[in-house]
Amino acid sequence: MNLNGLMLSSDEKAVFSLRNLYTSYGYTKYRMSKFEEYDFYVRNKGFLISDNIITFTDSDGKLMALKPDVTLSIIKNSKDSVSGVQKLYYNENVYRQSGDMHEIKEIMQTGLECVGDIDSYNICETVLLAALSLACISDDYVLDISHMDIVSEAMDYAKISTEARRQLLSALGEKNLQRVTAICRDEGVGEAAENLLTSLVTLYGGEDAVIPQLKELAVSDRFNDAIALMEDIFKILKDYGCADKVHIDFSVVNNMNYYNGIAFNGFINGIHGSVLSGGQYDLLMRKMGKSSGAIGFAVYLDMLGTLEDDKSTSVTEAVIIYGDDCSAADISRAVKELSATYTSVVAEKSIPEKMRYKNLFILGKNGLKEAERDA
Amino acid sequence: MLNIALPKGRLGEKVYSMFEKAGFRCPAIYENNRKLIFENAELGIRYFWVKPSDVAIYVERGAADIGVAGKDILLEYEPDVYELFDLDIGKCSMAVAGMADFCDPSHRALRVATKFTNIAKKYYKSQGREIDIIHLNGSIEIAPILGLSDVIVDIVETGTTLKENNLEVIEKIVPISARLIANKASFKFKNQQIEKILGSFKEQSEAGND
Repeated sequence: MNLNGLMLSSDEKAVFSLRNLYTSYGYTKYRMSKFEEYDFYVRNKGFLISDNIITFTDSDGKLMALKPDVTLSIIKNSKDSVSGVQKLYYNENVYRQSGDMHEIKEIMQTGLECVGDIDSYNICETVLLAALSLACISDDYVLDISHMDIVSEAMDYAKISTEARRQLLSALGEKNLQRVTAICRDEGVGEAAENLLTSLVTLYGGEDAVIPQLKELAVSDRFNDAIALMEDIFKILKDYGCADKVHIDFSVVNNMNYYNGIAFNGFINGIHGSVLSGGQYDLLMRKMGKSSGAIGFAVYLDMLGTLEDDKSTSVTEAVIIYGDDCSAADISRAVKELSATYTSVVAEKSIPEKMRYKNLFILGKNGLKEAERDA
Repeated sequence: MLNIALPKGRLGEKVYSMFEKAGFRCPAIYENNRKLIFENAELGIRYFWVKPSDVAIYVERGAADIGVAGKDILLEYEPDVYELFDLDIGKCSMAVAGMADFCDPSHRALRVATKFTNIAKKYYKSQGREIDIIHLNGSIEIAPILGLSDVIVDIVETGTTLKENNLEVIEKIVPISARLIANKASFKFKNQQIEKILGSFKEQSEAGND
């Protein structure tokens, strides 16, 4: 979809492009109510990014919440089908704490969920769509992928205690090699296991650089299965010419109470944080009493605001200054005439204070005349 | 262009010399003036001096790609950054300190004065101790003397300031040192430069960091 000629901001362009992308892969739009019962989120609090939820009491006295998350609602309403897959995408506002200001914000989020009898094709397609979603926003992107089974197998192999597992996941997420080493030493793990866990911190790069090393580190069949799945993903990414933008990075760690399998985060050059995150969450499905699997991701459209310096849209291309003697029809005709050349035309009696413009026109009895240029 | 946030002060100067040894020189930094930003266009780097407690914010928000921040700041603000390396310099501890004759008033909430409210809350939560947090921005040591608090949670380097105020360390919470941190997106897009710096820092640390 060519949106270049339109005066759209990055997030507006992204909404259109992503909707087009998801529908072209057979995903159908999912619309939901803005509210859910608060109790629903309390039961699944660990899954939510932020604890802060806006609540209110509805007319029946029930405590309701402005939804802080979309995935939970989709799962709740999905059919628990073991054959076939439901492919859904959404474009919704969520309400949660954003950044370090501890303020609740309305955040526009788009994303997709694939729920049902998930096979390796569904996983590969979801990762591909994550990469293509980033490509819709900018050519300069990186998608980092990880596999939670590799991380959990490595921790099982090292026989790490439950408390240390939590610390280790956090240290992996920080790429904190010295902390991982210290945890290994505290837990008294063997040399091979320490080497495995520290390698997960330092391994970073494309398939060619990382997969051979991972194969050497493999400690179980499940570990090898995870590598094989990553190889399948890269085969598909290569077909689409985006394999070089996808890196393996085990600092992408999700909450192991909910997530399993593939996990991924997307970055765009020029945006300071992750703009896309997702993964497989079969364990959340189990917690919600569903036997099928699920994978999905969200694109944080609120992050795209910093992508471009949107000064271009705050500068008016042409300003027409008209006198009292001009009729409304004259002014309208002049605006129409200039609109053929300029993307934005404003007619005013005098130049508004602080207005930034490129071309100035005066409309008088003798018609429209260009007055001066202000670069 | 790789943007590096350095903490103002002695620690920052020491850290800059490590960057210099890593091959990222910027001689303009030695000029005696009030400039805060220094650039070496040839090497594609820009250094800037910021308040030590702000380094993590600059890095998290991507205004700096990498920076050096104390572990105290990382624990307090929990910025979403990579903590790539413990430089093993600027070493001190986060500790609980009180008057020399301190006795825990177990019948009521413990009044804790600190700049580091998050660290203090987490520490006492792990101990199951009810506390009353008093947030102060400086001169924390006088709080117990004036009866404002029972104890303080603060950084202790040599303990001299504590001693001079008739305070002593009751318990050490966590050791603190300077850490190399990186913005998560910058780590992907400026990986080669960041890895080069990280590699050199590791070498310098192994060589004893003279």
